[in-house]
Amino acid sequence: MTGALDPARRMVLGLAGLVGFFGLWALVAASGLVGKAFLPGPLEVAERLVTLLHTSFAGGTLPQHLASSLQRFSAGYLLAAAVGVPLGLLMGRFRLLDDIVSPLFDALRFIAPIAWVPFAALWFGTGFGGPVLIIFSGAFPPCLLNAYRGARQVDPRYIEAAEMLGTPTHRLILEVLLPAATPSIVAGLRIGAGLGWQSLVGAELIVASTGVGYMMVQAQSGVATATVMVGMAAIGLVGVLIDIALRALEARIHNRLARA
Amino acid sequence: MSSIRFDAVSKSFGAGQVKALDDVDLAIADKEFLAIVGPSGCGKTTCLRLAAGFEFPTSGRVLVGNAEVREPGPDRAVVFQQFALFPWKTVVENIELGLRNRNMPREERRIRVMEAVELIGLNGYEGAYPHQLSGGMQQRVAIARAYVLDPQVLLMDEPFGALDAQTRVVMQEELVRLARRNPRTVLFITHGVEEAVYLADRVAIMTRRPGRLKEIVDVKSIREAEGWERYSRIEDVMDLESFVHLRTHIWRSLREEKTGAAH
Repeated sequence: MTGALDPARRMVLGLAGLVGFFGLWALVAASGLVGKAFLPGPLEVAERLVTLLHTSFAGGTLPQHLASSLQRFSAGYLLAAAVGVPLGLLMGRFRLLDDIVSPLFDALRFIAPIAWVPFAALWFGTGFGGPVLIIFSGAFPPCLLNAYRGARQVDPRYIEAAEMLGTPTHRLILEVLLPAATPSIVAGLRIGAGLGWQSLVGAELIVASTGVGYMMVQAQSGVATATVMVGMAAIGLVGVLIDIALRALEARIHNRLARA
Repeated sequence: MSSIRFDAVSKSFGAGQVKALDDVDLAIADKEFLAIVGPSGCGKTTCLRLAAGFEFPTSGRVLVGNAEVREPGPDRAVVFQQFALFPWKTVVENIELGLRNRNMPREERRIRVMEAVELIGLNGYEGAYPHQLSGGMQQRVAIARAYVLDPQVLLMDEPFGALDAQTRVVMQEELVRLARRNPRTVLFITHGVEEAVYLADRVAIMTRRPGRLKEIVDVKSIREAEGWERYSRIEDVMDLESFVHLRTHIWRSLREEKTGAAH
């Protein structure tokens, strides 16, 4: 098989998977094996999606809920990146900091983001802070870990060269560790975005009064299954879009660095 | 005022299991060019790394000037075998970093960097990245990065080892020109005997691991007596009987080390 055929073949197989999934779903829904209220068909969900684009449900249209989710996501995610990346680089440079932070971090990162929900609810109620804290707890570990590993894996010759040139610490971190660790950092940012987005929606199920997650909980209590499924589809779609955007960024950076 | 002195220096790695250097006493005078030759793994690079402050002796002391070496610093510029240029910085940015670290004003910096670029003949490549340059050009940038600091001491670790034969010869001749124009204290590590004899004032021969100092050969007095300076091309110098004699002497001494045979 030639390499040129490979992507086309993969696309066909991928499409086949999607068609199969939707076909099976439509078939089961139409067969009446499951009550219509609990499993609407794909068409019904699509119709509901179009309706929700302009009709308000649980305090907002779907785009409005998505916007509020994305706002929280951005806040928590940027906070995680802004703290995680510099801290990871510093830990990669200073053994002392590494020794102080690592055990604490290793213990904390096994507390799943969803396990922060009760604590976030106690502290923030349904305000902005709760979901931000939860998404932070999801996005932070990969941001920190990848920056840390990236800094530790920098070719020691670059560090020695910088040291013999009398490079002060802040410049060594910004102009040597950061560029050398960039591929690893960007990979961490991508993984962090995925985990953060997942955590966010989990958080909204409980500690928010807007957002896609909130919309789904409201729909669930009214047995509006189609609306719940629209929410799921929206979460998946936005997640994929975030991932595609960051993958493109990652690929661009890799291409630039691969020339070096 | 920038001599290098190894004072009964021993160095072991990995909890003392591997002894790299054993009781090395060596003094390099101010503005002297000393080359260390020795079999692979004899610890000659370790000598340089100790002088640079990348490693520290297990026992004994390494002094540069009259101060014990405690950390790397721009008074002891290093030229690495694999260049170690920053791939994300341009030629100018690589050369400039040491001057920025010294907080030199931008305008003065620009002049110094342009002088250095001129000196190594890389005009027109100021904005190029290392990967866009040949090995020889990269090594010239690495040399300029060290020279621009005007260091008292220059530490060169097989700087031409990664270059092809023609480029190496050109670089060796350039280094001799630079060294004559502005003499520094140079510690030059190599396994090339001819290179050592051509470049150095004295050649130190090391034994197999654990590295000890076996013999120091004075090249300078013979070079001056035989007037090698009259020849600008390396192959003309290498044809001289005095050169061949020295080379053969060092080669024999090294060969005993490589086979481990005694006299």
